[in-house]
Amino acid sequence: MNDYSRDEMMTIAAARMLWDGCVCFVGIGLPSAACNLARLTHAPRLVLIYESGTIGAQPTVLPLSIGDGELAETAACVVPLPEIFSDYLQAGRIDVGFLGAAQIDRHGNLNSTVIGPYSSPRTRLPGAGGAPEIAAHARQTFVVMKASPRSFVTALDFRTSGGYFPGRSDSGARGAGPTVVVTDVGILKPLAGDGELVLTATYPGIPAAEARAAIGWPLALAGEVETIAAPTALELETLRAVAARTAAAHCEPIKLPI
Amino acid sequence: MTQFVPLAEAIARHVPDGASIALEGFTHLIPFAAGHELIRQRRQHLHLIRMTPDLIYDQLIGVGAARRLTFSWGGNPGVGSLHRLRDAVERGWPRPLELDEHSHAGMAAAYRAGAARLPFGVLRGYIGNDLPAMNPNIRSIRCPYTSENLATVPALNPDVTILHAQRADRQGNIAIEGIVGAQREAALAATMLLVTVEEIVEQLPPAMNGLLLPHFVVGCVSHCPGGAWPSYAQGRYARDNDFYLRWDDISRDRGRFSEWISRHVLGTTDHHGFLESLRRAAT
Repeated sequence: MNDYSRDEMMTIAAARMLWDGCVCFVGIGLPSAACNLARLTHAPRLVLIYESGTIGAQPTVLPLSIGDGELAETAACVVPLPEIFSDYLQAGRIDVGFLGAAQIDRHGNLNSTVIGPYSSPRTRLPGAGGAPEIAAHARQTFVVMKASPRSFVTALDFRTSGGYFPGRSDSGARGAGPTVVVTDVGILKPLAGDGELVLTATYPGIPAAEARAAIGWPLALAGEVETIAAPTALELETLRAVAARTAAAHCEPIKLPI
Repeated sequence: MTQFVPLAEAIARHVPDGASIALEGFTHLIPFAAGHELIRQRRQHLHLIRMTPDLIYDQLIGVGAARRLTFSWGGNPGVGSLHRLRDAVERGWPRPLELDEHSHAGMAAAYRAGAARLPFGVLRGYIGNDLPAMNPNIRSIRCPYTSENLATVPALNPDVTILHAQRADRQGNIAIEGIVGAQREAALAATMLLVTVEEIVEQLPPAMNGLLLPHFVVGCVSHCPGGAWPSYAQGRYARDNDFYLRWDDISRDRGRFSEWISRHVLGTTDHHGFLESLRRAAT
């Protein structure tokens, strides 16, 4: 299997990190694809929680929004959103929280709020949503972002979600923080100590030099940089089948309710 | 006594210019028909409150109806930006918009406090986050028992909360199925609760653990089938994901947005007319 895209490799690499029975707080897009791929392959008892309040969702097609009806219909239960944030997330019942952002710095801090000054932004981004408290309270977080010097930056314009900020250990954050950053050119993990992200693995055919060029700070390499195994036939087939079902479902015309 | 009135009358009676209003529903059951009626009646200077402004507040902001926005995530879900919200924040068009920005957890705590008529909500929140430096509403308190430092947010008590639901009965009880978001908390936090419904039935069955808002907290019920479109009503009609994708184009350009509002919202008299005009445009 040589014929796969970097997005597919990235999704599959993220899926492999999830274990059977893991309780996962899922976001839309690539995290949702990775979690459902894991559920359909090696982790059938993975528990998917979407912030809309659906616990144990088992969607057959990937949702476009965080609150598609598909999630409610396939979930074990649906609870009010305040309960998800206070009684599940804040109470420490989430094993893995997925995060993405517009910018990340070398300590795994994230910006999804503004580019430019807060009071007069050049680009107003959607904002925090669930991210700051996922970053603080999930037992660990997985960050998934495509690498580019514009998004992997030396200084954030705004800190929306705390990684190892510095000062995480005295901050009241209960979770361990970002234990892995999955990109399309390789995998970054924090060094013990100050939590600086270093390159720990690349993908087949992507040299470490290319990964370093995609990161906006001088990216250090781990003592040993692994090469992640290429996607298996089962992983690719499962991922593509989900994508095909999703595309077919999303282009079905909706009749106006009149 | 719950009043049963047409939506236009409910809005005319209960939502004055300058009101603080929460139109809740997390992706599901978003009260679009009510949002459009606010535009038709040309409400001004509103304080809009909603966790996810979504297309409904993009439209109200784009027509200049809002002075202030309390929110926690302002994107088009799964698609990208809310262009009218961005235009207001980045360029002050059609008028500047004050932001009272939170995280989901913070806003959920604020609604819960409002529903319980407590002065503030408390959470382990905004840790390592720059919002408290920008928003003076986000403060902290020392726990009197453990001395832990905890974040606080002032209670949200909207003048008016508007919801869409599947069913009401003749007494005014409201039954909601599916994803509920913060609908319950926003309803109980409000001074006045207006609800649009898909259907009015003689009597609802006992709700057990299902979400039911009892008639004595419901101010007005308006029968409004399809009132959540382009969001959805579980068991009735699906989310129109294609429209959410198309909104990206419609809303990107000021002229195209204004033309869409003029034609489909201001150019129609009610929600049925709005849906009819979209159907005609599609054929």
